[in-house]
Amino acid sequence: MGEKVRRGTWVQIHRVVLEPGARAPQVPPETQEVPLELRQKGFLLTHAEVGDEVAIRTVIGREVTGRLVAVNPPYEHDFGRPVPELLEVGPEVRGFLKGGGEC
Amino acid sequence: MGQGQAHREAMEKGPGYHEVMERKGEIVKKAVGIDYSRFERGTLAFDYEGLMVETGYSLDEIRRIQREAGVGRTPLIELNNITELVRRISPPGKGARIFVKDEAVNPSGSFKARRAAVSVYHAARQGYKGVIAATSGNYGAAVASQAAMRSLDCIVVQEVFDSRGVGQPEILEKGRKCEAFGAEVVQLSVGPELFYVFLVLLEETGFFNASLYTPFAIAGIETLGFEIAEELMAREGRAPDAVVITHAGGGNVTGTARGLAQGGCTETEIIGASVDLSGLHMASDLDFNRKSFTTGHTGFGIPFATWPDRTDVPRNAARPLRYMDRYVTVTQGEVFYVTEMLAQLEGLERGPAGNTSLAAAVSLAREMDSDQILVVQETEYTGAGKHPTAQLTFAREKGIEIRRGDPRDGVPGQCIVIPDSPHQVQHVDLDLDALRESYIMKAAADTDCPGELLAEDIAFLAAETKTEGAFVYRVLKKLTRMEKSRAARD
Repeated sequence: MGEKVRRGTWVQIHRVVLEPGARAPQVPPETQEVPLELRQKGFLLTHAEVGDEVAIRTVIGREVTGRLVAVNPPYEHDFGRPVPELLEVGPEVRGFLKGGGEC
Repeated sequence: MGQGQAHREAMEKGPGYHEVMERKGEIVKKAVGIDYSRFERGTLAFDYEGLMVETGYSLDEIRRIQREAGVGRTPLIELNNITELVRRISPPGKGARIFVKDEAVNPSGSFKARRAAVSVYHAARQGYKGVIAATSGNYGAAVASQAAMRSLDCIVVQEVFDSRGVGQPEILEKGRKCEAFGAEVVQLSVGPELFYVFLVLLEETGFFNASLYTPFAIAGIETLGFEIAEELMAREGRAPDAVVITHAGGGNVTGTARGLAQGGCTETEIIGASVDLSGLHMASDLDFNRKSFTTGHTGFGIPFATWPDRTDVPRNAARPLRYMDRYVTVTQGEVFYVTEMLAQLEGLERGPAGNTSLAAAVSLAREMDSDQILVVQETEYTGAGKHPTAQLTFAREKGIEIRRGDPRDGVPGQCIVIPDSPHQVQHVDLDLDALRESYIMKAAADTDCPGELLAEDIAFLAAETKTEGAFVYRVLKKLTRMEKSRAARD
Protein backbone atom coordinates (compact mmCIF):
# COMPACT_ATOMS: atom_id res chain seq x y z
CA MET A 1 0.00 0.00 0.00
CA GLY A 2 1.39 3.39 -1.01
CA GLU A 3 1.10 6.57 1.03
CA LYS A 4 -2.37 8.15 0.72
CA VAL A 5 -2.30 11.53 -0.97
CA ARG A 6 -5.13 14.04 -1.01
CA ARG A 7 -6.47 15.75 -4.11
CA GLY A 8 -4.81 19.14 -4.65
CA THR A 9 -1.45 18.10 -3.19
CA TRP A 10 1.70 19.20 -5.05
CA VAL A 11 3.22 15.98 -6.40
CA GLN A 12 5.65 14.57 -8.93
CA ILE A 13 4.72 12.02 -11.57
CA HIS A 14 6.88 9.75 -13.70
CA ARG A 15 6.30 8.29 -17.14
CA VAL A 16 8.30 6.23 -19.61
CA VAL A 17 8.32 8.07 -22.94
CA LEU A 18 10.36 5.56 -24.95
CA GLU A 19 11.07 1.98 -23.89
CA PRO A 20 14.56 0.45 -24.20
CA GLY A 21 14.89 -0.70 -27.80
CA ALA A 22 12.65 2.11 -29.05
CA ARG A 23 15.32 4.78 -28.56
CA ALA A 24 16.65 6.95 -31.40
CA PRO A 25 19.13 5.05 -33.57
CA GLN A 26 21.99 7.49 -32.92
CA VAL A 27 22.14 7.02 -29.14
CA PRO A 28 25.02 4.90 -27.74
CA PRO A 29 24.37 1.34 -26.47
CA GLU A 30 24.28 2.26 -22.77
CA THR A 31 21.46 4.71 -23.50
CA GLN A 32 19.66 2.28 -25.85
CA GLU A 33 19.38 -0.14 -22.93
CA VAL A 34 17.44 2.25 -20.70
CA PRO A 35 14.07 4.00 -21.20
CA LEU A 36 13.60 7.71 -21.87
CA GLU A 37 11.87 8.85 -18.68
CA LEU A 38 9.90 11.97 -17.87
CA ARG A 39 9.22 13.60 -14.52
CA GLN A 40 6.87 16.44 -13.96
CA LYS A 41 5.20 18.26 -11.07
CA GLY A 42 1.69 19.55 -10.51
CA PHE A 43 -1.45 19.46 -8.34
CA LEU A 44 -3.04 16.03 -7.94
CA LEU A 45 -6.52 15.91 -9.49
CA THR A 46 -7.93 12.99 -7.44
CA HIS A 47 -7.21 11.32 -4.10
CA ALA A 48 -4.59 8.66 -4.79
CA GLU A 49 -1.75 6.59 -3.40
CA VAL A 50 1.93 6.79 -4.23
CA GLY A 51 2.47 4.37 -7.13
CA ASP A 52 -0.98 4.94 -8.69
CA GLU A 53 -1.50 6.15 -12.25
CA VAL A 54 -2.83 9.67 -11.74
CA ALA A 55 -3.56 12.97 -13.47
CA ILE A 56 -2.11 16.28 -12.35
CA ARG A 57 -2.67 19.90 -13.29
CA THR A 58 0.59 21.75 -13.94
CA VAL A 59 1.24 25.35 -12.88
CA ILE A 60 0.13 26.58 -16.29
CA GLY A 61 -3.07 24.52 -16.16
CA ARG A 62 -2.22 21.58 -18.41
CA GLU A 63 -3.49 18.12 -17.46
CA VAL A 64 -0.77 15.48 -17.54
CA THR A 65 -0.78 11.83 -16.48
CA GLY A 66 1.75 9.42 -15.04
CA ARG A 67 2.65 7.33 -12.02
CA LEU A 68 2.63 9.21 -8.72
CA VAL A 69 6.19 8.98 -7.37
CA ALA A 70 6.68 11.80 -4.87
CA VAL A 71 4.70 14.13 -2.63
CA ASN A 72 5.94 17.73 -2.46
CA PRO A 73 9.46 16.68 -3.50
CA PRO A 74 12.23 18.84 -2.00
CA TYR A 75 14.94 20.68 -3.87
CA GLU A 76 17.94 18.65 -2.81
CA HIS A 77 20.72 20.29 -4.78
CA ASP A 78 23.00 22.36 -2.57
CA PHE A 79 26.44 23.96 -2.39
CA GLY A 80 28.10 20.68 -1.43
CA ARG A 81 31.10 20.61 0.89
CA PRO A 82 33.90 23.16 0.83
CA VAL A 83 36.57 21.71 -1.44
CA PRO A 84 40.05 21.60 0.21
CA GLU A 85 41.79 21.97 -3.17
CA LEU A 86 39.88 25.23 -3.77
CA LEU A 87 40.17 26.54 -0.19
CA GLU A 88 43.90 26.90 -0.79
CA VAL A 89 43.50 29.01 -3.93
CA GLY A 90 42.27 32.30 -2.40
CA PRO A 91 45.09 32.73 0.15
CA GLU A 92 47.64 31.74 -2.51
CA VAL A 93 46.60 34.26 -5.15
CA ARG A 94 46.00 37.03 -2.61
CA GLY A 95 49.37 36.37 -0.98
CA PHE A 96 51.02 36.46 -4.36
CA LEU A 97 49.50 39.85 -5.18
CA LYS A 98 50.38 41.30 -1.77
CA GLY A 99 53.85 39.87 -1.48
CA GLY A 100 54.85 40.18 -5.08
CA GLY A 101 56.66 36.85 -4.81
CA GLU A 102 56.57 33.64 -6.81
CA CYS A 103 53.26 31.89 -7.34
CA MET B 1 -13.48 5.32 -14.71
CA GLY B 2 -13.66 3.59 -18.13
CA GLN B 3 -13.67 6.88 -19.98
CA GLY B 4 -10.96 8.35 -17.74
CA GLN B 5 -8.82 5.29 -18.25
CA ALA B 6 -9.22 5.50 -22.04
CA HIS B 7 -8.36 9.19 -21.98
CA ARG B 8 -5.28 8.52 -19.91
CA GLU B 9 -4.16 5.72 -22.20
CA ALA B 10 -4.61 7.92 -25.27
CA MET B 11 -2.64 10.71 -23.62
CA GLU B 12 0.08 8.38 -22.48
CA LYS B 13 0.39 6.69 -25.82
CA GLY B 14 0.44 9.95 -27.74
CA PRO B 15 1.78 10.23 -31.27
CA GLY B 16 4.68 7.85 -31.98
CA TYR B 17 8.34 8.84 -32.22
CA HIS B 18 8.83 8.21 -35.93
CA GLU B 19 5.50 9.75 -36.90
CA VAL B 20 6.30 12.98 -35.02
CA MET B 21 9.88 13.19 -36.24
CA GLU B 22 8.69 12.89 -39.84
CA ARG B 23 6.48 15.95 -39.33
CA LYS B 24 9.09 18.02 -37.53
CA GLY B 25 9.45 20.55 -40.37
CA GLU B 26 5.74 21.29 -40.39
CA ILE B 27 5.46 21.48 -36.57
CA VAL B 28 8.46 23.81 -36.26
CA LYS B 29 7.28 26.10 -39.05
CA LYS B 30 3.97 26.63 -37.28
CA ALA B 31 5.70 27.19 -33.96
CA VAL B 32 8.27 29.71 -35.23
CA GLY B 33 6.29 31.47 -37.93
CA ILE B 34 9.19 31.81 -40.38
CA ASP B 35 9.13 30.35 -43.88
CA TYR B 36 12.82 29.48 -44.14
CA SER B 37 12.41 28.17 -47.70
CA ARG B 38 12.21 31.77 -48.93
CA PHE B 39 15.91 32.18 -48.14
CA GLU B 40 17.26 29.04 -49.80
CA ARG B 41 19.68 29.69 -52.68
CA GLY B 42 21.80 27.57 -55.07
CA THR B 43 22.36 23.93 -54.15
CA LEU B 44 23.21 24.30 -50.49
CA ALA B 45 23.42 28.04 -49.88
CA PHE B 46 20.95 30.31 -48.14
CA ASP B 47 20.70 34.06 -47.75
CA TYR B 48 21.90 34.41 -44.15
CA GLU B 49 21.89 38.21 -44.01
CA GLY B 50 18.48 38.24 -45.69
CA LEU B 51 17.14 35.89 -43.02
CA MET B 52 18.61 38.05 -40.24
CA VAL B 53 17.32 41.33 -41.64
CA GLU B 54 13.88 40.33 -42.89
CA THR B 55 12.80 38.17 -39.97
CA GLY B 56 14.71 39.85 -37.16
CA TYR B 57 14.54 43.25 -35.54
CA SER B 58 16.79 46.28 -35.90
CA LEU B 59 19.33 47.02 -33.20
CA ASP B 60 17.30 50.05 -32.08
CA GLU B 61 14.13 47.97 -31.76
CA ILE B 62 15.98 45.32 -29.78
CA ARG B 63 17.46 47.91 -27.45
CA ARG B 64 13.97 49.23 -26.80
CA ILE B 65 12.50 45.73 -26.26
CA GLN B 66 15.30 44.83 -23.85
CA ARG B 67 15.16 48.13 -22.00
CA GLU B 68 11.45 47.70 -21.27
CA ALA B 69 12.18 44.19 -19.96
CA GLY B 70 15.06 45.27 -17.71
CA VAL B 71 17.60 43.42 -19.83
CA GLY B 72 21.08 44.56 -20.86
CA ARG B 73 23.11 47.68 -20.12
CA THR B 74 25.15 45.52 -17.74
CA PRO B 75 28.34 46.87 -16.12
CA LEU B 76 31.68 46.48 -17.89
CA ILE B 77 34.11 45.97 -15.02
CA GLU B 78 37.88 46.23 -15.28
CA LEU B 79 39.46 43.34 -13.38
CA ASN B 80 42.39 45.23 -11.92
CA ASN B 81 43.64 42.56 -9.55
CA ILE B 82 43.46 39.72 -12.05
CA THR B 83 45.18 41.93 -14.64
CA GLU B 84 47.92 42.68 -12.10
CA LEU B 85 48.32 39.00 -11.30
CA VAL B 86 48.52 38.14 -15.00
CA ARG B 87 51.21 40.81 -15.54
CA ARG B 88 53.32 39.29 -12.75
CA ILE B 89 53.47 36.04 -14.70
CA SER B 90 53.85 37.60 -18.17
CA PRO B 91 56.97 38.59 -20.09
CA PRO B 92 57.90 42.29 -19.66
CA GLY B 93 55.43 44.60 -21.45
CA LYS B 94 52.82 41.85 -21.72
CA GLY B 95 49.54 41.31 -19.88
CA ALA B 96 46.52 43.01 -21.45
CA ARG B 97 43.94 44.88 -19.39
CA ILE B 98 41.07 42.45 -18.72
CA PHE B 99 37.48 43.68 -18.57
CA VAL B 100 34.38 41.59 -17.89
CA LYS B 101 30.81 42.27 -18.95
CA ASP B 102 28.80 41.35 -15.85
CA GLU B 103 25.89 39.66 -17.60
CA ALA B 104 24.89 37.92 -14.36
CA VAL B 105 22.98 41.06 -13.38
CA ASN B 106 20.37 40.48 -16.09
CA PRO B 107 16.92 39.57 -14.66
CA SER B 108 17.42 35.80 -15.03
CA GLY B 109 21.13 35.87 -14.18
CA SER B 110 22.79 35.45 -17.58
CA PHE B 111 23.18 36.93 -21.06
CA LYS B 112 20.46 34.53 -22.18
CA ALA B 113 17.92 37.11 -21.02
CA ARG B 114 18.89 39.10 -24.13
CA ARG B 115 17.90 36.21 -26.39
CA ALA B 116 14.75 35.44 -24.48
CA ALA B 117 13.62 39.09 -24.36
CA VAL B 118 13.32 39.25 -28.13
CA SER B 119 11.89 35.74 -28.57
CA VAL B 120 9.19 36.26 -25.97
CA TYR B 121 8.37 39.76 -27.25
CA HIS B 122 7.99 38.30 -30.74
CA ALA B 123 5.79 35.43 -29.46
CA ALA B 124 3.51 37.88 -27.63
CA ARG B 125 3.28 40.16 -30.66
CA GLN B 126 2.39 37.23 -32.92
CA GLY B 127 -0.43 36.29 -30.56
CA TYR B 128 0.98 33.03 -29.19
CA LYS B 129 -0.45 32.14 -25.75
CA GLY B 130 2.77 30.62 -24.50
CA VAL B 131 6.36 29.74 -25.23
CA ILE B 132 8.34 26.51 -25.03
CA ALA B 133 12.09 26.18 -24.81
CA ALA B 134 14.10 22.97 -25.04
CA THR B 135 17.16 23.71 -22.96
CA SER B 136 19.02 22.49 -19.91
CA GLY B 137 20.88 25.79 -19.69
CA ASN B 138 20.38 29.33 -18.45
CA TYR B 139 18.13 29.98 -21.42
CA GLY B 140 15.24 28.17 -19.71
CA ALA B 141 15.23 30.58 -16.78
CA ALA B 142 15.63 33.48 -19.21
CA VAL B 143 12.55 32.46 -21.21
CA ALA B 144 10.60 31.77 -18.01
CA SER B 145 11.51 35.19 -16.62
CA GLN B 146 10.62 37.04 -19.81
CA ALA B 147 7.37 35.04 -20.18
CA ALA B 148 6.44 36.09 -16.65
CA MET B 149 7.02 39.74 -17.59
CA ARG B 150 4.90 39.47 -20.71
CA SER B 151 2.15 37.32 -19.13
CA LEU B 152 2.68 34.29 -21.35
CA ASP B 153 2.62 30.65 -20.25
CA CYS B 154 5.97 28.91 -20.37
CA ILE B 155 7.17 25.31 -20.59
CA VAL B 156 10.83 24.39 -20.30
CA VAL B 157 11.99 20.92 -21.37
CA GLN B 158 15.24 19.81 -19.76
CA GLU B 159 17.57 16.83 -19.86
CA VAL B 160 18.22 16.39 -16.14
CA PHE B 161 18.56 12.81 -14.91
CA ASP B 162 20.49 9.66 -15.67
CA SER B 163 18.67 6.32 -15.68
CA ARG B 164 19.18 5.96 -11.91
CA GLY B 165 17.20 9.14 -11.41
CA VAL B 166 20.26 11.15 -10.33
CA GLY B 167 20.01 14.76 -11.44
CA GLN B 168 22.93 16.96 -12.50
CA PRO B 169 23.10 19.62 -9.73
CA GLU B 170 23.51 22.54 -12.10
CA ILE B 171 20.51 21.53 -14.20
CA LEU B 172 18.39 20.87 -11.09
CA GLU B 173 19.13 24.45 -10.06
CA LYS B 174 18.19 25.80 -13.46
CA GLY B 175 14.92 23.84 -13.25
CA ARG B 176 14.20 25.31 -9.82
CA LYS B 177 14.77 28.80 -11.18
CA CYS B 178 12.34 28.16 -14.07
CA GLU B 179 9.73 27.07 -11.50
CA ALA B 180 10.42 30.21 -9.47
CA PHE B 181 9.35 32.23 -12.52
CA GLY B 182 6.14 30.21 -12.87
CA ALA B 183 7.17 27.91 -15.69
CA GLU B 184 6.13 24.28 -16.09
CA VAL B 185 9.30 22.19 -16.16
CA VAL B 186 9.38 18.86 -18.00
CA GLN B 187 12.35 16.89 -16.73
CA LEU B 188 13.77 14.12 -18.90
CA SER B 189 16.44 11.48 -18.64
CA VAL B 190 19.43 11.48 -21.00
CA GLY B 191 18.95 11.41 -24.74
CA PRO B 192 18.47 13.49 -27.88
CA GLU B 193 14.84 12.30 -28.08
CA LEU B 194 14.13 15.31 -25.88
CA PHE B 195 13.44 16.88 -29.25
CA TYR B 196 10.55 14.44 -29.80
CA VAL B 197 8.95 15.37 -26.47
CA PHE B 198 9.47 19.02 -27.38
CA LEU B 199 7.70 18.59 -30.75
CA VAL B 200 4.77 16.78 -29.11
CA LEU B 201 4.41 19.65 -26.64
CA LEU B 202 4.58 22.28 -29.39
CA GLU B 203 1.83 20.47 -31.25
CA GLU B 204 -0.34 19.89 -28.19
CA THR B 205 -0.15 23.46 -26.93
CA GLY B 206 0.26 25.55 -30.10
CA PHE B 207 2.87 27.55 -28.17
CA PHE B 208 5.75 29.46 -29.76
CA ASN B 209 9.06 27.65 -30.16
CA ALA B 210 11.37 30.01 -28.25
CA SER B 211 14.32 28.38 -29.96
CA LEU B 212 17.82 29.54 -29.08
CA TYR B 213 18.58 29.69 -32.77
CA THR B 214 15.99 31.91 -34.47
CA PRO B 215 17.07 35.21 -36.07
CA PHE B 216 15.37 37.14 -33.23
CA ALA B 217 17.13 35.15 -30.51
CA ILE B 218 20.52 35.78 -32.10
CA ALA B 219 19.75 39.42 -32.81
CA GLY B 220 19.03 39.74 -29.08
CA ILE B 221 22.72 39.09 -28.33
CA GLU B 222 23.91 41.77 -30.76
CA THR B 223 23.25 44.40 -28.10
CA LEU B 224 25.88 42.73 -25.90
CA GLY B 225 28.62 43.27 -28.49
CA PHE B 226 27.29 46.73 -29.27
CA GLU B 227 27.32 47.78 -25.60
CA ILE B 228 30.95 46.65 -25.24
CA ALA B 229 31.89 48.72 -28.30
CA GLU B 230 29.92 51.74 -27.15
CA GLU B 231 31.20 51.72 -23.58
CA LEU B 232 34.87 51.17 -24.42
CA MET B 233 34.75 53.90 -27.05
CA ALA B 234 33.29 56.26 -24.44
CA ARG B 235 35.59 55.25 -21.57
CA GLU B 236 38.84 54.40 -23.32
CA GLY B 237 38.38 55.97 -26.73
CA ARG B 238 39.09 52.71 -28.47
CA ALA B 239 37.80 49.33 -29.54
CA PRO B 240 38.82 46.18 -27.65
CA ASP B 241 41.76 44.35 -29.22
CA ALA B 242 40.11 41.01 -28.52
CA VAL B 243 36.86 39.70 -27.09
CA VAL B 244 36.77 36.19 -25.67
CA ILE B 245 33.42 34.45 -25.73
CA THR B 246 32.32 31.20 -24.11
CA HIS B 247 31.20 29.02 -26.99
CA ALA B 248 28.62 26.23 -26.89
CA GLY B 249 25.74 26.41 -29.37
CA GLY B 250 27.23 29.33 -31.31
CA GLY B 251 24.75 32.09 -30.52
CA ASN B 252 26.98 33.87 -28.04
CA VAL B 253 29.85 34.12 -30.54
CA THR B 254 27.59 35.03 -33.45
CA GLY B 255 25.48 37.68 -31.75
CA THR B 256 28.38 39.29 -29.89
CA ALA B 257 30.55 39.48 -33.01
CA ARG B 258 27.71 40.96 -35.06
CA GLY B 259 27.04 43.56 -32.37
CA LEU B 260 30.72 44.49 -32.12
CA ALA B 261 30.84 44.99 -35.89
CA GLN B 262 27.74 47.20 -35.73
CA GLY B 263 29.49 49.20 -33.00
CA GLY B 264 32.42 49.82 -35.32
CA CYS B 265 34.78 47.19 -33.86
CA THR B 266 35.62 45.56 -37.17
CA GLU B 267 39.27 44.83 -36.28
CA THR B 268 38.58 43.22 -32.88
CA GLU B 269 39.75 39.62 -32.69
CA ILE B 270 36.88 37.25 -31.93
CA ILE B 271 38.01 34.34 -29.78
CA GLY B 272 35.72 31.43 -28.87
CA ALA B 273 36.49 29.43 -25.72
CA SER B 274 35.09 26.09 -24.56
CA VAL B 275 35.76 23.71 -21.70
CA ASP B 276 37.46 20.60 -22.98
CA LEU B 277 35.16 17.62 -22.46
CA SER B 278 36.73 15.43 -25.13
CA GLY B 279 36.08 11.73 -24.66
CA LEU B 280 32.66 12.14 -23.03
CA HIS B 281 29.65 11.22 -25.19
CA MET B 282 26.85 13.76 -24.95
CA ALA B 283 24.07 11.18 -25.35
CA SER B 284 25.58 8.63 -22.97
CA ASP B 285 23.59 7.71 -19.90
CA LEU B 286 26.87 6.80 -18.16
CA ASP B 287 28.87 9.91 -19.13
CA PHE B 288 26.04 12.35 -18.34
CA ASN B 289 26.85 12.81 -14.66
CA ARG B 290 30.60 12.60 -15.15
CA LYS B 291 30.63 16.11 -16.62
CA SER B 292 31.22 18.98 -14.21
CA PHE B 293 30.14 21.49 -16.85
CA THR B 294 26.76 21.26 -18.54
CA THR B 295 27.38 24.00 -21.09
CA GLY B 296 30.19 26.07 -22.59
CA HIS B 297 31.98 22.83 -23.47
CA THR B 298 33.40 21.15 -26.56
CA GLY B 299 30.56 18.60 -26.61
CA PHE B 300 28.39 21.41 -27.96
CA GLY B 301 31.05 23.80 -29.23
CA ILE B 302 32.63 21.59 -31.86
CA PRO B 303 29.51 19.97 -33.36
CA PHE B 304 27.63 23.28 -33.46
CA ALA B 305 30.58 24.96 -35.18
CA THR B 306 31.01 22.25 -37.80
CA TRP B 307 27.29 21.67 -38.36
CA PRO B 308 25.10 24.52 -37.07
CA ASP B 309 21.91 23.29 -38.73
CA ARG B 310 21.56 20.42 -36.25
CA THR B 311 19.05 22.44 -34.22
CA ASP B 312 15.32 22.83 -33.68
CA VAL B 313 14.91 25.25 -36.61
CA PRO B 314 15.61 24.58 -40.32
CA ARG B 315 18.37 27.17 -40.52
CA ASN B 316 20.32 28.10 -37.43
CA ALA B 317 20.93 31.83 -37.13
CA ALA B 318 23.95 31.07 -34.90
CA ARG B 319 26.86 30.40 -37.26
CA PRO B 320 30.06 30.72 -35.23
CA LEU B 321 32.57 29.83 -37.95
CA ARG B 322 31.49 32.99 -39.78
CA TYR B 323 32.91 35.06 -36.95
CA MET B 324 35.58 33.21 -34.97
CA ASP B 325 39.18 34.20 -35.60
CA ARG B 326 40.42 31.77 -33.02
CA TYR B 327 38.97 28.92 -30.93
CA VAL B 328 40.63 27.81 -27.70
CA THR B 329 39.88 25.27 -25.00
CA VAL B 330 40.54 25.26 -21.27
CA THR B 331 40.14 22.45 -18.74
CA GLN B 332 37.46 22.03 -16.07
CA GLY B 333 40.12 22.45 -13.36
CA GLU B 334 41.28 25.76 -14.85
CA VAL B 335 37.75 27.17 -14.92
CA PHE B 336 37.11 26.23 -11.28
CA TYR B 337 40.47 27.80 -10.32
CA VAL B 338 39.71 31.04 -12.15
CA THR B 339 36.17 31.12 -10.72
CA GLU B 340 37.78 31.07 -7.27
CA MET B 341 40.19 33.80 -8.39
CA LEU B 342 37.31 36.01 -9.56
CA ALA B 343 35.61 35.70 -6.18
CA GLN B 344 38.74 36.11 -4.08
CA LEU B 345 40.53 38.85 -6.04
CA GLU B 346 37.64 40.80 -7.55
CA GLY B 347 34.79 40.16 -5.15
CA LEU B 348 32.58 38.72 -7.87
CA GLU B 349 31.05 35.30 -7.12
CA ARG B 350 29.93 34.10 -10.54
CA GLY B 351 29.71 31.06 -12.79
CA PRO B 352 31.25 28.53 -13.04
CA ALA B 353 30.40 27.67 -16.67
CA GLY B 354 30.19 31.34 -17.66
CA ASN B 355 33.80 31.78 -16.48
CA THR B 356 35.12 29.57 -19.28
CA SER B 357 36.03 32.67 -21.27
CA LEU B 358 37.62 34.24 -18.18
CA ALA B 359 39.89 31.20 -17.75
CA ALA B 360 40.94 31.58 -21.37
CA ALA B 361 41.49 35.31 -20.83
CA VAL B 362 43.90 34.74 -17.92
CA SER B 363 46.05 32.84 -20.38
CA LEU B 364 45.40 34.88 -23.57
CA ALA B 365 46.19 38.22 -21.86
CA ARG B 366 49.75 37.03 -21.28
CA GLU B 367 50.31 36.96 -25.06
CA MET B 368 49.00 40.50 -25.48
CA ASP B 369 50.69 43.86 -24.83
CA SER B 370 49.94 45.58 -21.53
CA ASP B 371 48.26 48.52 -23.27
CA GLN B 372 45.85 46.23 -25.12
CA ILE B 373 42.30 45.48 -23.99
CA LEU B 374 40.82 42.01 -23.71
CA VAL B 375 37.10 41.78 -22.93
CA VAL B 376 35.49 38.72 -21.34
CA GLN B 377 31.94 39.16 -22.53
CA GLU B 378 29.90 37.38 -19.87
CA THR B 379 29.42 36.19 -16.35
CA GLU B 380 26.47 34.10 -15.14
CA TYR B 381 24.74 33.79 -11.77
CA THR B 382 25.84 31.23 -9.26
CA GLY B 383 23.84 29.36 -6.66
CA ALA B 384 23.15 25.97 -5.10
CA GLY B 385 24.16 23.26 -7.59
CA LYS B 386 25.65 25.84 -9.90
CA HIS B 387 28.85 26.41 -8.02
CA PRO B 388 32.38 24.93 -7.91
CA THR B 389 31.81 23.39 -4.47
CA ALA B 390 28.54 21.79 -5.61
CA GLN B 391 30.03 20.42 -8.83
CA LEU B 392 33.24 19.17 -7.23
CA THR B 393 31.38 17.54 -4.31
CA PHE B 394 29.14 15.80 -6.84
CA ALA B 395 32.13 14.78 -9.00
CA ARG B 396 33.93 13.33 -5.99
CA GLU B 397 30.83 11.30 -5.07
CA LYS B 398 30.92 9.90 -8.62
CA GLY B 399 34.48 8.67 -8.05
CA ILE B 400 36.15 11.41 -10.06
CA GLU B 401 39.60 12.26 -8.72
CA ILE B 402 40.14 15.90 -7.72
CA ARG B 403 43.64 17.17 -6.97
CA ARG B 404 46.06 20.07 -7.37
CA GLY B 405 48.68 19.86 -10.10
CA ASP B 406 49.10 20.51 -13.79
CA PRO B 407 45.61 20.92 -15.28
CA ARG B 408 46.87 19.24 -18.48
CA ASP B 409 46.91 15.97 -16.52
CA GLY B 410 43.13 16.11 -16.11
CA VAL B 411 40.97 13.63 -18.01
CA PRO B 412 37.30 14.64 -18.50
CA GLY B 413 35.09 12.28 -16.53
CA GLN B 414 38.03 10.77 -14.58
CA CYS B 415 40.22 13.42 -13.05
CA ILE B 416 39.95 17.18 -12.47
CA VAL B 417 43.21 18.94 -11.74
CA ILE B 418 43.09 22.38 -10.09
CA PRO B 419 46.21 24.33 -11.13
CA ASP B 420 49.00 24.76 -8.57
CA SER B 421 49.71 28.24 -9.84
CA PRO B 422 48.32 30.84 -12.27
CA HIS B 423 51.09 30.03 -14.80
CA GLN B 424 49.45 26.70 -15.38
CA VAL B 425 46.24 28.27 -16.70
CA GLN B 426 47.07 27.76 -20.33
CA HIS B 427 44.59 27.66 -23.19
CA VAL B 428 44.97 25.24 -26.10
CA ASP B 429 44.33 26.50 -29.62
CA LEU B 430 42.09 24.28 -31.71
CA ASP B 431 42.85 24.00 -35.42
CA LEU B 432 40.15 26.28 -36.80
CA ASP B 433 41.00 25.33 -40.41
CA ALA B 434 40.31 21.70 -39.58
CA LEU B 435 36.87 22.66 -38.23
CA ARG B 436 36.23 24.79 -41.33
CA GLU B 437 37.20 21.86 -43.52
CA SER B 438 34.91 19.57 -41.57
CA TYR B 439 32.01 22.00 -42.03
CA ILE B 440 32.56 22.33 -45.80
CA MET B 441 32.88 18.58 -46.26
CA LYS B 442 29.67 17.90 -44.35
CA ALA B 443 27.76 20.59 -46.24
CA ALA B 444 29.00 19.35 -49.61
CA ALA B 445 28.57 15.65 -48.83
CA ASP B 446 24.92 16.30 -47.95
CA THR B 447 24.22 17.35 -51.55
CA ASP B 448 23.89 14.78 -54.33
CA CYS B 449 26.57 16.43 -56.43
CA PRO B 450 29.39 17.93 -54.35
CA GLY B 451 31.48 18.30 -57.52
CA GLU B 452 28.89 20.53 -59.19
CA LEU B 453 28.30 23.31 -56.71
CA LEU B 454 27.39 26.71 -58.11
CA ALA B 455 29.44 29.87 -57.70
CA GLU B 456 26.98 31.13 -55.09
CA ASP B 457 27.41 27.92 -53.10
CA ILE B 458 31.19 28.41 -53.08
CA ALA B 459 30.79 32.04 -52.01
CA PHE B 460 28.36 30.91 -49.29
CA LEU B 461 30.76 28.26 -47.95
CA ALA B 462 33.59 30.82 -47.91
CA ALA B 463 31.42 33.27 -45.94
CA GLU B 464 30.26 30.46 -43.64
CA THR B 465 33.85 29.60 -42.73
CA LYS B 466 35.42 33.08 -42.91
CA THR B 467 37.72 31.86 -45.68
CA GLU B 468 38.26 32.50 -49.39
CA GLY B 469 36.92 30.62 -52.40
CA ALA B 470 40.35 29.03 -52.90
CA PHE B 471 40.11 27.39 -49.45
CA VAL B 472 36.66 26.01 -50.27
CA TYR B 473 37.84 24.63 -53.64
CA ARG B 474 40.81 22.95 -51.96
CA VAL B 475 38.53 21.19 -49.49
CA LEU B 476 36.06 20.17 -52.20
CA LYS B 477 38.90 18.66 -54.25
CA LYS B 478 40.02 16.72 -51.20
CA LEU B 479 36.46 15.47 -50.72
CA THR B 480 36.25 14.34 -54.35
CA ARG B 481 39.58 12.47 -54.00
CA MET B 482 38.35 10.81 -50.81
CA GLU B 483 35.11 9.74 -52.47
CA LYS B 484 36.97 8.30 -55.47
CA SER B 485 39.30 6.28 -53.30
CA ARG B 486 36.33 5.06 -51.25
CA ALA B 487 34.52 4.01 -54.46
CA ALA B 488 37.66 2.21 -55.66
CA ARG B 489 37.92 0.35 -52.35
CA ASP B 490 34.28 -0.71 -52.49
